[in-house]
Amino acid sequence: MGLLRIVPILLLLASPALAQTYDIGKAPTAAQLAQDITISPTGEGLPPGHGTAAEGAKLYVEKGCVACHGQDGAGGVTIAPNLIGNKGTGPGDNVWKRVNGGEAPGALPILAPNGVIVWDYINRGMPIGNEGSLKSDEVYALTAYLFALNKITPEDKVIDQSNLAQIEMPIGTEWVRVPDWTPGGQRMPGYPY
Amino acid sequence: MGSKRSSRRELLKGGALAVGAAAAGASVSKTALAQNSAPAPEPALPSYAVNEAPQIPVSSDVVAYGVRSHYVKSVRIQEDGRPKGATSRYDSFGLTIHIQTPLQDSIGTIQASSLHYCATTKGAFVPDIDPDKHTVMLNGLVDRPRIFTMAELKRFPSVTRFHFVECIANNANATHQNVQQSHGTCSNAEWTGVLLSTLFKECGLQDKAKWFVAEGAEEVKGASTMPINAIDEVIVAYGMNGEPLRPQQGFPVRLITPGFEGIFNTKWLRHIKAVDQYQLNMNDFGHLRREETTAALGYTWGPKSIITFPSGSQKLPERGWYEITGLAWSGNGAVRKVEVSTDGGQTWKEAELKATPLRKAHTRFGYMWNWDGGEHVIMSRTTDDIGVVQPTREQVAKALGVAYTPSFRPPGTNNTIMPWKIASDGSVTNGLA
Repeated sequence: MGLLRIVPILLLLASPALAQTYDIGKAPTAAQLAQDITISPTGEGLPPGHGTAAEGAKLYVEKGCVACHGQDGAGGVTIAPNLIGNKGTGPGDNVWKRVNGGEAPGALPILAPNGVIVWDYINRGMPIGNEGSLKSDEVYALTAYLFALNKITPEDKVIDQSNLAQIEMPIGTEWVRVPDWTPGGQRMPGYPY
Repeated sequence: MGSKRSSRRELLKGGALAVGAAAAGASVSKTALAQNSAPAPEPALPSYAVNEAPQIPVSSDVVAYGVRSHYVKSVRIQEDGRPKGATSRYDSFGLTIHIQTPLQDSIGTIQASSLHYCATTKGAFVPDIDPDKHTVMLNGLVDRPRIFTMAELKRFPSVTRFHFVECIANNANATHQNVQQSHGTCSNAEWTGVLLSTLFKECGLQDKAKWFVAEGAEEVKGASTMPINAIDEVIVAYGMNGEPLRPQQGFPVRLITPGFEGIFNTKWLRHIKAVDQYQLNMNDFGHLRREETTAALGYTWGPKSIITFPSGSQKLPERGWYEITGLAWSGNGAVRKVEVSTDGGQTWKEAELKATPLRKAHTRFGYMWNWDGGEHVIMSRTTDDIGVVQPTREQVAKALGVAYTPSFRPPGTNNTIMPWKIASDGSVTNGLA
């Protein structure tokens, strides 16, 4: 019986698809590897650079952010979310009460568990219509501006690749990780459906 | 052709089909009668032997790719309530792309590629990618980072599998008029590509890798983080329903992530990176939640089914026999069983599965029902192969310890039972309303 159980495993291990590599593809060049814009929550992968809220405030207008997200990040212009939380709320209120509907994505600097995420989001997806056009220093500056608007960091704070991941964010620990996923497992422990 | 026709005439003359011809007599066309108005008329031809329909002109389109009958009107629609795009860079709907498939007209278990639902990251437009210039890079916690051209990807051993893809927004409510609105951001297709595990094997995946990040080439470079133990099922897919992916489906290459919420199925795939921690990338941010329940239940799909006929806005023309039919699926595995109720869930009868259920794929079911002309609430529920049963909304509320009200919104991916009301005139409406 024991042997019978092992046989399928031995057969699997012997199958070419699992055992073999094919020597297909090439090692990426330095230029190709530079297209990797993935950034770890630890800050690993952030390009060198820096910026301040004052620089960011200028860019916020120049780059057209204000046209969608409103004056001082107050929103209300287009479907783009506000960046400072709902009207009448402030840093003293629960972060989840400060965003529309109580679900992410809302005001990014308020809900992001890590400052790196704010940087990454701007770097990938902003400004709409001209995504990926911002230089690293400009992304640091816009990040610093959003943090200052939300009183996360002081106005004169210089944000750079070494301190961004350490900044304490308003959401703190008030968020949950996605569940541990296992093949054939249930969606949530103890949940019958 | 001519010889076939004359031989058929000979047979008719000989009386071999006399009974059949007499039976078909009632439907003999005027054309056929006119052709046979000679003094000694031949027996009338049955109408199927006469070309009565106008011809579809042969055009380059008809030859090259084929065109469906103009009598078939089934089309996709833009999901209601989606924000209108501010600029012309959005698709021809003039809206953020979130397009629902006409499930009410669906036949069998796959969606035609042209009718498959489509949603994109954050209102992304659809990139027009030259496959000869496109590459997919794998790096991160691997021994041998690699970059693959499309031609190279197709040299790996391929898989061809049926899988459903379903958006977390596929969340029926009482305002929906029909099944396209209530369930139309879910589709099923045949996908061909390379298992991600095959590519990671080629690159020498390291034990430290616990997650992978997949990133698209669209304008926002949408990226999601997924558990590394999913790679044995995740397909780096370049084919769909017998042809290359369509642009809205990620041409030239995308991920198919069986069972996971729709956004994980990264389209226009350009980069995969093995990492040691959850990244909380742009698309992951959309899954950020305060409560464990909503985070967990918004990740993958549980067992789900929907009756597509008779469904909202359709009408049963007369009392009598009908096949109640629909689709069942589960993100946990294969469908084991589908049951149908015609009395609002008081009693359940097992439905017939129309084909062997496949893992994380749609299964068509049917149940023959003799409608008595009365008012009925019909519904379906499925049980998957890990034994999970599709719940009602009330059951979900109870399991979560929440008071149930008609406006209760199941958290995460909504896999609850959908009722359709049949009125005594045969009209079908939303049973949640």
